[in-house]
Order: sequence, then structure tokens, then C-alpha cells
Amino acid sequence: MAKPREQAIRIREGSPWTGLWAVVGKEMADHLTSARMHILELIILLTAAGTVFAASENLRTTVGQDRFLFLRLFTTGRDPLPALVGFLGFLIPLIAIALAFDSVNGEFNRRTMSRLLAQPIYRDALLFGKFLAGLFTLSLVLSVIWLLIIGMGILRLGLPPSTEEVLRSLVYLVVAIFYGGVWLALAMVFSIVFRQPATAALASIAVWLFFIAFWGFIASSLALVISPVRYGFLEEFARLAQTELYLARIAPNTLYGEATIGILQPETRSLGVVLPTQLQGAILGSPLPLSQSLALIWPQLTGLIAATLLLFALGYVLFQRQEVRA
Amino acid sequence: MGKQSEFVIETRQLTKKYGDFVAVDKLNLRVRRGEVFGVLGPNGAGKTTTILMLLGLTDPTEGDVRVLGLDPTRRPLSVKSRVGYLPDQVGFYDELTARENLIYTAKLNGLPRQEAYRRIDEALEQVGLAHVADQRVGTFSRGMRQRLGVAEILIKQPQLVIMDEPTQGLDPEASREFLDFIRQLKQQKITILLSSHLLYQVQAVCDRVGLFYRGRMALEGTVQDLAKKVLGSGYRVFVEARGDRDAIQKALMALEGASEVRSVGNNRYEIAATQDLRPEAAKAVIQAGGKLFSLAVEEPNLEEIYARYFKEVEHGEAA
Repeated sequence: MAKPREQAIRIREGSPWTGLWAVVGKEMADHLTSARMHILELIILLTAAGTVFAASENLRTTVGQDRFLFLRLFTTGRDPLPALVGFLGFLIPLIAIALAFDSVNGEFNRRTMSRLLAQPIYRDALLFGKFLAGLFTLSLVLSVIWLLIIGMGILRLGLPPSTEEVLRSLVYLVVAIFYGGVWLALAMVFSIVFRQPATAALASIAVWLFFIAFWGFIASSLALVISPVRYGFLEEFARLAQTELYLARIAPNTLYGEATIGILQPETRSLGVVLPTQLQGAILGSPLPLSQSLALIWPQLTGLIAATLLLFALGYVLFQRQEVRA
Repeated sequence: MGKQSEFVIETRQLTKKYGDFVAVDKLNLRVRRGEVFGVLGPNGAGKTTTILMLLGLTDPTEGDVRVLGLDPTRRPLSVKSRVGYLPDQVGFYDELTARENLIYTAKLNGLPRQEAYRRIDEALEQVGLAHVADQRVGTFSRGMRQRLGVAEILIKQPQLVIMDEPTQGLDPEASREFLDFIRQLKQQKITILLSSHLLYQVQAVCDRVGLFYRGRMALEGTVQDLAKKVLGSGYRVFVEARGDRDAIQKALMALEGASEVRSVGNNRYEIAATQDLRPEAAKAVIQAGGKLFSLAVEEPNLEEIYARYFKEVEHGEAA
């Protein structure tokens, strides 16, 4: 061993993405053929068809009066059904969690992990491949729903969508995918932390329930502590509302909801607290141009993407440090 | 790539600590090209940890590793593409067929499609799974999975194969087949590192063995070497002869290489020796005026070496 030491070379040999596409291909094939996904796809298709059908019943009466009729397909609910975007707000986390909760611990439990990592690939490729496969599957499902809605819309309303409507709904598609990405990355982190897939699934669902059911209440209580109303000034109430909003935005579902409203309801001018003075000169009810709506939801969209990346990075660090032996 | 060294595996002062626990302690392991090396030792002796460090799946705390002249921590991809690894209780994707499982491995190894398919067919043929190639692995027995693990190694065409407890949980027939695979690999000049609890099997296929104890290599060498070191004498020769008991016993005792002669009932004698003393014993009996009825030899037994060694170690610690 008296040859020159390789210590000078600190960087690892080869690309960390060697084998990435092999992993993506295999994982996607697994997702698309698994019974679990088939059930979820069925649920989501039924929901989409049901809500859009109900919405179009409502909308047929107003054809011709609304510039953004197609977008209303996404946002109109009819008792007792909520609107499609509301449904998807619940279902997307569910699909995302279902795609990832056993991604890493499943390999350990099947005793395939050490065999996999003994192949000439880095762990990076394995984890990123699994994440990408989940994201692609999610995108595929959501794109199918999107196409289905557009198709049903044309059939039921008898109109083609305008370019702006198509663009806006495509932006919504991106929002929905990254909203799913957050939950996908979260479930993946839990699948690294917990050895039992059931534990990882429950933990993910617990976080989801926490944000959906309790976070709103906690945010308003916390806001009262952080920005108390002492003298009853208007500024104090405005600050309280602002704090509450900031806190509420920690929840991915708040970001998703705001971004959805901002892009699918072109009349939305602000997602925050608006004082009457700020509305001076505004023509209420008139739609914003697409670029302005995009600017409006930009923080929400980037927030969702950032949360996805952060959670993935956390999972990445945890996975790199994990011992291979079970 | 270093020059082709005599040693396929070479570790120097290799150490792995988990917190305060020392799993592998200043290990010096050398495995020569083309040999079958058996790693023995109780659970927790550091066998699996050592194997993981050889593959670059765990970073050593201290010390050096060279596998095929490469450093697995710096060049894990080169090492892993040249080394086949069969983990203990190898797992496959149950919902995929045997062939699909192997195709995934081939893709991860970056093999071109045509070449991969050819190698997969050959490998499945060689391990006798060709007839179930398109059945889901979920239907496979433990032995078949193990054979599929061997097929996976074969498609990589490795220079070194590392097996961790490969025969654990196999039925006797499957174990025997498995040992045949190891012999086949050896004929193809592939170096093999084999860790096992099943001493009889290690003895059957390994050229040299290393005994691990608390992260260290306690003993190393051929089974005969170890027998000499631990038992003092590895062979037992059984003699059945009639005649003057004292004279026979004396004559046997005088043989070169005999360390102890015991009379074990009815005209039977047991000689503890460093080699096979049958011809010499026969001669000695006749020269002592005895009549020889039977001769038998028991070769050094790894089981015995193992048991004796750990008894001594524990005894030494208790004292």
C-alpha cells in the first residue's frame, strides 16, 4: 500500500446521480401498478367527476355572463359537495402520503436495502429517484384530472376554454403538484425516521390532521399572545390579523388555499389584510391580468416549493447518516 | 487503480466505533487473489461491520481499507461494480418476477440492455432458476431466493464475492447446493469472502479462515494451522488392535507427532496427533507384536477448534 495516497482527492468518484433513472423507472412502475394507487386514483377520479359535474350543473345557467367560466368549474361547489379545489386540498396530501410513507423503511423491511446499496450507485440517487418517482406519479394523476375537467367542461358547457383560463389552470396544476410535494417529502422523512411503515403513515397523517383541524385555532390563539390588543386601536387589530395570517401560512394547506384562490379567481386582489384606504380607486370585482395574479400568489407558490425542498433536504441528511444494517 | 496486488482485500488497523462501542478494533485482514476466506466468530464480533466497510457502505472510524487496490470510501462506485455482495437473508421485490428483479440490478449497474439480458439468462440457467424466471419472487422459497442472490452476483461478473451468512436458514439440501456454487465460483478464479456460523460448511469450502472475536482477528490460517495453535494436535487416529496393551501403547506413544495416547476400552486406542499417523501407527502395532483390526482418522475439526478457543478465552477472562 505504499502508493501515493488518494487523500488529496476529497470529492467522491463519479456522479451522485448514477442509476437515478433506473430507480425512477422502477419506482414509478411500482406506483402505477400498485393496488394502493389504483384505489386512490379511483377515489380521486370519482371526486373530480362528481364535483365538476355538480359545478357544471350550476354554471350552465350563467353561460355567457362569465369570462372565466372554466375556472369556476374548479372553484364552484354545490351543496353538499365542496368545490373541486377544496376536495383536492384533502386528497392530494393523502395520495402524496400514500406514495411515500413506506419508501425507505419498506426497503429495509424487505431486506433489499443492503443489496441495493451494494450496487454501484450512491444513496443520493436512491432517495432522489424515489422522490422524483413520487412527484412524477402525483403529476401524472393530477394532469389526468386536469385534462378530464377540461374535457368535461367542453362537453357540459359547450365552450372551449380561453388561453388565459388554460394558463391559469396550468398554474393551479403546478401549485397542486408542489402542495403534494410537501406531503411527499414529509412522508419520506417519516419513512426514514420510523422503521415501521404504519408508524410513518400515522405520523404523516397526524401532521396533516394537525394542520387541517387545529392549526387555524392555534394560530389565532398564538396571534393574541404575540400581538395583543391592549387599547383597541385599529392598528392593533390590523397587526393582530397580520400576525394570525403569517402564522396560518406555516400550514401548507393555507398556502395551497391562498394560491388556488389567487390564480383561479382572477378578481382576487390581495391575499392579506386589506384596509379600506388601500382600496381607494380600485374597481372591485374586475379581474386582474394573469401576470398580476401570478405576482400575487408568487410567495405562496415559492413557499410550497421551498417547503418541499427543505423537507427533502432534511430527509436526505437523515438518510445519508443512516446505518445500512437493520 | 493500483497495480494488481497479491491481496484482493487488505485492511490495516481498521477500526469502527459506534459511540463508545468498538465494533471493529484495529483489524488487519488480508485475503489473497483466488482464495476462499472464511470469517468466523460469534454474533457481535464485527463480521458484518467489517463487510460493510469493505463495500464502502459504512465509513471506517480509523484505518485503511483496500479492496482490489481501491479505497472503498473514496471510490465506492468502482469497488461496488467489481464486488458482488450477498447480504444475510437477501431480500427481493416480491411483486416482481425473478427476471425483473435482475433487470433492475443490471440497470443500476449500467449494463447495456442486450448484454444485461444475455447475462441474466445465463445466470438464471447457472443457478437453476431458468424455469421460474418469470414467476413472482413472492412465490419463491428461501433457498430459491438465495440462488437468485447468487444469480444477481453473477450478472455483475465480479472479481470478488462477499457473502454474509449465506447458508443461514437453508435446509440441508439447499446448503449443499450452495456450497457447490461457491466451489464453482472458486473454479472461475473469483475470490470469495464468506462469513458464517456453520463451521462445518466453512471447513468444507474455505482455504483459510479467520476467527473474529470482539472486533479483532483472534486467529487466522488454514484449519490445520488453527488446529495446531488451539488444540495442539488436530488429528485423532483410532486404532483397534489386540496384543500386549502396554507394549502397543508404548509403541504408539513413541511415534513422531503423537502427543497423547489413550486406551479407550476393549483393545481400542486413541492417538492425538499433529498429522495423519495411520501408516505409522499400523507399523508400530505390528512391530509391538499386536494384531491390527482397524484404523480410522478424524481430521481437525473446526467445530472443536472454535469451541476450545472460546472456552479458553472465557476461562482466561474469568480468571
